[in-house]
Amino acid sequence: MDHLNNYLFISAVLFSLGIFGVMTRRNGIAVLMGVELILNAANINFVAFSRFGGMNLDGHIFGLIIIVLAAAEAAVALAIVINIYNNLNTINVDEASSLKE
Amino acid sequence: MAEILFWFISFFTIVSAFFVVLNNQLLYSAIALLFTLFGIAGLYIFLWADFIAGVQLLVYIGGINVLIIFGIMLTNRIASIRLSQTNIQQGLGGVFSLWLFIIISIVISKTNWYQIDSVEPTSTVRDVGTLLLTKYLLPFEAVSVLLLGALIGAAVLSRKAN
Repeated sequence: MDHLNNYLFISAVLFSLGIFGVMTRRNGIAVLMGVELILNAANINFVAFSRFGGMNLDGHIFGLIIIVLAAAEAAVALAIVINIYNNLNTINVDEASSLKE
Repeated sequence: MAEILFWFISFFTIVSAFFVVLNNQLLYSAIALLFTLFGIAGLYIFLWADFIAGVQLLVYIGGINVLIIFGIMLTNRIASIRLSQTNIQQGLGGVFSLWLFIIISIVISKTNWYQIDSVEPTSTVRDVGTLLLTKYLLPFEAVSVLLLGALIGAAVLSRKAN
């Protein structure tokens, strides 16, 4: 728990799993969950570098801004997903491929 | 004791992250995401970031995860719950993300990180607040405008067209 490498490895695992989720899921909401994992992995890195870089708090500010961006992204993405569901009756991203009705 | 707790929390986080991406039932994935986010909040506490841990609990677990569960419940028909949730690229995606993980691990273990020793602060809330309103005032305001824009955009998008 006092080594930077442990946190970086956890973050690397979460990042790769997030990429895997984004690449392989068909459901739009599941893709969104993968994106959340990626953002959290980045956030762990920022806070870990802040802690082991002499506890200067700039990394914490980055972490806060990333959390706010994730909230905005989730709200807009879910609005889009619900709209796609109302129009096409599916939220599978490989079926929702038409640009125009 | 703290060491054991740290390894338990990291194991718990990673196992539930595996559940998030591999589970076939979307609602179970969302619940596993909740546990992952909770474990990450624990890691923040180990990293002395008490304010970020609190924000993580409030915004991620209280906001984003609830929003995701709402989204699943609004868009899932009961009959389609059992459908396969993955596409044909699963093997390719697995190979690619494993390759990515190996590359990142090699970079992490080969790099000679140096760590600066520092004393544990009693609380970071005051310092984070001071930084937000002095050095990072402009990003703070920009993010609040972006949040307002996202709010209005989401309301407009999900409105019934008349």
